[in-house]
Amino acid sequence: MVDRLTSPRFLRAVLPAASFAILLIAIFYLKPRTMSYFGLNLMLQYTVPIALATIAQMFIITVNDLDLSIGPFVGLTACIGATWLADTPLLGILALAGCVAAYAALGALIHWRNLPSIVVTLGMSFVWLGIAVLILPTPGGTAPGWVKWLMGVKTPVVPFPIVATVVIGLVVHLLLMRSSYGAVLRGAGGNPRAIGRAGWSLLKTKMVMFGAAGFFGVLSGLSLIGLTSAADAHIADRYTLYAIAGVILGGGEFVGGRVSPIGAVIGAMTLTLTGSFLTFLKISPDWQIGAQGGILIIVLALRALINRREGLV
Amino acid sequence: MLSKLLIGVGAAALCATATISLADTSDKRIALSNNYAGNSWRQAMLASWEKVTGAAVADGTVAEAPAFTTAENQVTEQAAQIQNMILEGYDAIVINAASPDALNGAVKQACDAGIVVVSFDGIVTEPCAYRIAVDFHAMGKVEVEYLATRLDGGDLLEIRGLAGVFVDDEISAGIHEGVAENPQFKIVGSVHGDWAQDVAQKAVAGILPSLPEISAVVTQGGDGYGAAQAFAAAGRPTPLIVMGNRYDEMLWWKEQKDANGYETMSVSIAPGVGTLAFWVAQMILDGKEVPQDLTVPFLTITQDTLEDSLAATQPGGVANVEYSLEDAMAVVSGG
Repeated sequence: MVDRLTSPRFLRAVLPAASFAILLIAIFYLKPRTMSYFGLNLMLQYTVPIALATIAQMFIITVNDLDLSIGPFVGLTACIGATWLADTPLLGILALAGCVAAYAALGALIHWRNLPSIVVTLGMSFVWLGIAVLILPTPGGTAPGWVKWLMGVKTPVVPFPIVATVVIGLVVHLLLMRSSYGAVLRGAGGNPRAIGRAGWSLLKTKMVMFGAAGFFGVLSGLSLIGLTSAADAHIADRYTLYAIAGVILGGGEFVGGRVSPIGAVIGAMTLTLTGSFLTFLKISPDWQIGAQGGILIIVLALRALINRREGLV
Repeated sequence: MLSKLLIGVGAAALCATATISLADTSDKRIALSNNYAGNSWRQAMLASWEKVTGAAVADGTVAEAPAFTTAENQVTEQAAQIQNMILEGYDAIVINAASPDALNGAVKQACDAGIVVVSFDGIVTEPCAYRIAVDFHAMGKVEVEYLATRLDGGDLLEIRGLAGVFVDDEISAGIHEGVAENPQFKIVGSVHGDWAQDVAQKAVAGILPSLPEISAVVTQGGDGYGAAQAFAAAGRPTPLIVMGNRYDEMLWWKEQKDANGYETMSVSIAPGVGTLAFWVAQMILDGKEVPQDLTVPFLTITQDTLEDSLAATQPGGVANVEYSLEDAMAVVSGG
């Protein structure tokens, strides 16, 4: 029993949840009033778009690529959501579908020409931002009523952000970790040659994963404007780094195929809580980014320790 | 939250029955949520906030008034900051916002939690918040109205700000409206000076050879000194240049005034407007009646007040005015 509890595999799985729990308890201790429906709702609200962006990034990392454009992409979908989707829903839906298709096409391009995804997505980040500025030159627009309604839902007992993130985590877990095609998708990142030899189309797996990332990016943008009620081309610039950090905090690794959807969602929640925690500690925002980085390094260092033990066994 | 609401209702009832007795704000906490601190104007704004609120805390007017600046001028970051302030239980939040619309969700949550929200400079459009806006339109118009008192008419050169920013459009619209009402003036040239002396100097130097004699230059602030240099370098007579309260502009004006009796005026927004927002928040917590939309008076420097303003301004800074509770009350009743 003790062996199982101290096995590296178990420790690694538990680390994201444990760091989240420690942070939450620290916040409850600092500000007891956050320990309520209202407090949790407020603190965790912005985790929904961040969790969705993190899942999008996780899909890309699964196939051993990295997406440096997810932040501006979320900003673009937010701008489309607050303008076209609200005024002419059909045009809005078409545009958002076009965004998803563009992502799938990017996946195809990266696979076909064997391009480094970092370079392609870095370039695309400026394209997304440029289109967003064209659609919405000055901040504004209005989110469609149903998006605002959905994000403002008051679920009984458990606040909506928690319900939403749990549902997101579980659904993606079932699709990616429990289904047979999910195993193929993960294999395409971990060991592409084996998957290719087994007769699966690697082009298709890339397109599916990039398309899924685009889809979750769209969801992230829509949930974000549901909270803010208006958009801004720069609204989600920081999400690129949040998303990568969330995946890694949640137990994912850059080697491809080694990811955890539930971990990624918990990672996103941990990141959001870090901001609140540091504010409650009255740490100046100038130091907060550094402190956030510090927390990230501590968690990663713990994981490195666990991995080293695994190596010894 | 309910008890806070009840206190609020109680305070309102108290004021309604006996206007002389006011709610006590000595246990109230007011926080500043600021989106950016990267230029001299914002630095002056934060320094004014610290000075005025520090005194207010020391004499027990309010319990606490910390300032928080987001690191990256990002909407999502500031929204999260406001939500944390709600959880911290501040009684009022004063905001200089990163976006007029995209913070409305967080601002509404603050209002729903019974928190007074006052926005200034970068205002928010959420109806439940109070707004202290700057009437840039009027600022542009005032310049032309001043010219009408000094000159019989003539050709004007307009120096605009940063293209595509709404402040630039507003000031310029005000100037053009003023010219339309005073047809003795005519704008014969227009350049973008980006609110910076060096850019303005280059732009004015570039357009000057193509212009007839200029009787006055209308500006947006931060560009008057550069314009004066460009006229001097081209060997043309110095026209009447409206200044924008920057230290170098006032210094040049003072030198000219001493040398040849040069006369002009200077107008811009004082960074101390943040302290006005602080007092407005305090007054609302105090149960006073305050209109939802207020307009900040801009800070005008005249021939007579030039020396005092110059002496009170740091080299490289902007002329400033910090508001007292009495000043704020005057603005509220006047607005």
